[in-house]
Amino acid sequence: MVADAGLLAVATQVETLSAVLFYVFSGLTAAGALGVVLSRNIVRTAVCLLFTLLGVAGLYFLLESEFLAAVQLVVYVGGTLILIVFGVMLTSGSQFRRFQPKPAEIVIAGSVAVVLFAALVMAIRNAHFVTGWMETQAKYPVGALGQALLGDYLVPFELASVVLLVVMIGAAYLAKARRREGRPVARGGGPGANLVTPLSQKARRWS
Amino acid sequence: MELIALADIPNLFAAMTIGLLDNAVVGLNHYLVLGAFVFVCGLLSMMLKRNAIGILMGVELILNAANINLVAFNRYAHRASADGGPLLDGQIFAIFVIVLAAAEAAVALAIFLNYYNNFSTIDVERAQELKG
Repeated sequence: MVADAGLLAVATQVETLSAVLFYVFSGLTAAGALGVVLSRNIVRTAVCLLFTLLGVAGLYFLLESEFLAAVQLVVYVGGTLILIVFGVMLTSGSQFRRFQPKPAEIVIAGSVAVVLFAALVMAIRNAHFVTGWMETQAKYPVGALGQALLGDYLVPFELASVVLLVVMIGAAYLAKARRREGRPVARGGGPGANLVTPLSQKARRWS
Repeated sequence: MELIALADIPNLFAAMTIGLLDNAVVGLNHYLVLGAFVFVCGLLSMMLKRNAIGILMGVELILNAANINLVAFNRYAHRASADGGPLLDGQIFAIFVIVLAAAEAAVALAIFLNYYNNFSTIDVERAQELKG
């Protein structure tokens, strides 16, 4: 009896702890997503996206998908976000230039978003999904993931590797700094004019 | 007295949160609402941003919302397979989504770099070269 009560208390505490963690991580995610929308500075937007990705990784931990959480941290936070930040640094001619949308655009987009969110929440509340517990505690989900990737999902797995190869070659080809033909490059005189790359010259001309 | 109060802080916190979250067992619907919110935020930033990288961030938000839904459904609404092992379809879909999102971000940023090299801006309103 006492042991049962203790187990019940432990289970309640675990449930409460997971609820608290859910609200912490979901608050982080939602606040980051709102920051991505509301921030006008692109660097701050990237930082808000970082918080969203961290919160989503925490939610994966709560959903007992530890491998996915690690993948999220490594690939998204460590890879994609760094890539985006590099893109911001390489393409911001003046990093304080802000893109202000028109008020009519804000009104239209906001109303569309509110209606869509209300419709989604009502659909979620009215839908009755068949929920059940998945027994993964003793089943080594990482091992099961590997078996599934090399078993049932072998063809998409190999296709993903081909896609990554194609993307790598394509991105390297696209991002190659190339000098456009048929346009005089040097504009200003001076002894060091030939050493200046066309990119920085153009940036200087536009700023 | 202060020591006792300090030692009681975790218990107090636990009691407070238990009182707050008494009936709030986190279920599938919580994750779905969060996913809907992140999706709407991604859609908004796709609609409102004029910086191409901001639009790319909106796409990443939408993909993350889809991933939250996939993993939550995999956790809460998935049955065991025939031989008793877990079915991890949702997690595997999420892995593929992450892989393709990384690939998409790389290609999109390469395109933006190329565009910036040619036009010195990544304002999408000025991308009118192909407009008929």
